[in-house]
Amino acid sequence: MSSRDKILAAVAQNKPEAMPLPHIAPFKEIGYTDVIGQYETVLTAIGGKVHRVNNWDEIKTIVKEKYNAQNVRVLSLVPELDDVATSAYEINPAAHHLADVELALIKAHFGVAENGSVWVTEELLGHRAVPFICQHLAAVITSSNLVDTMHRAYMRIGLETYGWGAFIAGPSKTADIEQSLVLGAHGPRSMTVFVLQD
Amino acid sequence: MEVGTKDHAELAEIFNKDEERVNWHDETLWWIRAKRDKSVHQLPEWEALREAASNVKFNVLSHLNTYLEQFEAAAKANGVIVHWAADAKEHNEIVHGLLKENKVTQMVKSKSMLTEECHLNEYLATHGIEVIDSDLGERIVQLAGEPPSHIVLPCIHKKKEEIGDLFHMYLGTPSNMADPQFLTETARGSLRETFLTRKVALTGVNFAIAETGEFVVCTNEGNADMGAHLADVHIACMGIEKLIPKREHLGIFLRLLTRSATGQPITTYSSHFGKPREGQQMHLVLVDNGRSVQLGRKDFRNSLKCIRCGACMNTCPVYRRSGGHSYHTAVAGPIGSILAPNLDMKKYADLPFASTLCGSCSNVCPVKIDIHDQLYKWRQVLVKEGYAPTGKKIAMQVMATTLASPTLYHAAGKMGRATIKYAPFAVNNKLNAWYKEREMPAPPKESFGEWYAKNKK
Repeated sequence: MSSRDKILAAVAQNKPEAMPLPHIAPFKEIGYTDVIGQYETVLTAIGGKVHRVNNWDEIKTIVKEKYNAQNVRVLSLVPELDDVATSAYEINPAAHHLADVELALIKAHFGVAENGSVWVTEELLGHRAVPFICQHLAAVITSSNLVDTMHRAYMRIGLETYGWGAFIAGPSKTADIEQSLVLGAHGPRSMTVFVLQD
Repeated sequence: MEVGTKDHAELAEIFNKDEERVNWHDETLWWIRAKRDKSVHQLPEWEALREAASNVKFNVLSHLNTYLEQFEAAAKANGVIVHWAADAKEHNEIVHGLLKENKVTQMVKSKSMLTEECHLNEYLATHGIEVIDSDLGERIVQLAGEPPSHIVLPCIHKKKEEIGDLFHMYLGTPSNMADPQFLTETARGSLRETFLTRKVALTGVNFAIAETGEFVVCTNEGNADMGAHLADVHIACMGIEKLIPKREHLGIFLRLLTRSATGQPITTYSSHFGKPREGQQMHLVLVDNGRSVQLGRKDFRNSLKCIRCGACMNTCPVYRRSGGHSYHTAVAGPIGSILAPNLDMKKYADLPFASTLCGSCSNVCPVKIDIHDQLYKWRQVLVKEGYAPTGKKIAMQVMATTLASPTLYHAAGKMGRATIKYAPFAVNNKLNAWYKEREMPAPPKESFGEWYAKNKK
C-alpha cells in the first residue's frame, strides 16, 4: 500500500462525523462608507504611500521627482508610463537580470480597503519576481477598483484561473530583531500606490 | 530540538536565572498580544469570523480524505507534482530525493514549522546538503545553532547585541554593531546573494485550497517569493490539515491570521501558487506524521484546526516567562503542548503540565480550539497511561488517600499548620517545589472546620 493510500485510509477511518460548511454570505455585506479614505489610512499605517491622482501625467511627475531613469533602472510594466522608465519589460524567463531594478511600475487589478493591499496576478508582472526583487515598488489602481474587505476581494476574483497571484500590502518588512520594525527585509523598501481617478 | 533529557520545568529554571531577560521577554510578548487586541477590536464581526473559521475547519476535518483527493487532482491538473509522506522520515527522504535528482547540494528555505517538526535541516546536513533559512529570525537562530523559540517570531528570545555578535562572527559586520536597521540590511545583502544563486527553494504552506489546487504562503519579508520565483525547483511542504474547501474561505482565514499573530491587518505578501512558472518544477509534499492519529483522538482532534498564528503563545503566562526553548518541541507554547504528546507521549509528558489552565489561549485562538481543556484532558490521559513523573504520581496518590479519609485529612491539616509554624525549614527548602521563587504563606491559627465547630450555635 502506498503512503498516499495509507494516509487516505487512516483519515477516512478516523475522521469525525460530517459537519456542514457555515454560511458566510453575511460577511460579504460588510463595507466602509469612505472606501478610498479607509484604503489610504490603512496602507499609510502599514508603511506604504498613497497618491490620489487624476491622470497619468501626475503619476509621471511624481515618479520623475524621485527617480531619474538615466541614473537608476526604472522598469515599467505599464505602457502609459513607459516614458519615465529606463526600458519597458522584455520577456526573459530568468529573473536574475532584474536584480538591479530600482523601481518597478506595475498595474494591479484592485485594492482592498480593510488591509491596504493590491491584488496582482502574473500576467500584469512580466515575471513573478518583479514585485519582490525591485528596491521600490509602485502600483497603479483606478479608484473604481477598490473593494471593501477580503470577502469582496474573493467575490471579485471568483474562480478565475491564474498561475500565480498575490495580495501585496506595503513594503517588505521585518521586526525579527527585538521587535524593531525595519522596512525592506528582502523585497521592496517602499511601496507606493497610485489611485487613479476614473 | 533535543535539549537532552531535561523537562519543561528544568529548562524553564535555566531561562529564569536571568530575571531581567525574563521580564523583557514577558513584556515584549505581551506588547504583541496588546497589538493583536487593538487590531481585533476594530472588527465588530471578529467573533463571528472566529466561529465561521472554526466551523470551516470542523467541516474540513470531517471530510479530510475527500478534500485531499480533490486537492490532489486539481493540483496535478495545474502541473504540480504531488508527493505523500506518511511520516517525518519519508518527508525528508522525498525532499532529499528531489535535491539529488536535480543534482544540487544547496537549498534556500523559507519558514516552515513542518520541516522543523521533521528535523529536515539536520537530516539534509548529514547527507551533505547545505540549507540556508531565509526568514531573518530563522537565519539568526540558524547561525546560533538553535531551533526557533516561537513559530512566528523565531528569535524573540535573543537580544540585539547577541544578534550583532552572531553577525560579526558569520557575516563580517563590525563588532558591537547592534542596530536592527543595520543588521537587517546586512542580512538582506547576504541573503539576496543566496536567492540569486540557489536552484531549489523550499517553502511552507499556510493554506491549500481543495477546490482549485492552489496553495497560499504568507510572509512579511517576501522571502518565500524571492526563493520560489528565482529557483528552478520549488518544493512546498504542508501538513494534511492545512486544507480549506474553497477559495472564498481564504477571505475568512486571511482576515484572522495576521491580526491574531502580530496585529497587522494582513501579511505584506499573501502569495497564491497555482501553477509552476514556465520551465519550473513545482513539488508539493503532503505530510501526515501523526495527524491522522490525532484525528482519531476525539478529545484532541480539534488541535488540527490550528493555523499557526502564535496568539496562544503571546498570551500565555507560562510561555512568556519560560521561553519557547523550554518546551523542547518544534511548536512551543499551549498549542504545541497539545500537539506534541500525540507524537510521543513519553517524551512530551511534561508539556500539558506546563500551564496554569487559565484559558487565555482558548480565548484568543482565531479558530476556537479549546486549548486549555485539551491540556487538562492530556494530563488525565498521561497519568492513566503511566507517563506522569514518579514524584507527581506518589504525591497524587498521597493526596487521593488523604482526601478520601476525613480523619487523615484533619490530621494532615493540623500537621501542615504546625510544620509551617514551628518548623518552617522543613518546607522552606528547595525540596519543596512550591517554595521556588516564593515564600510559604503564614499558617492560619485554625482550619475552617475547627472554626466552624467552635462558632456554630
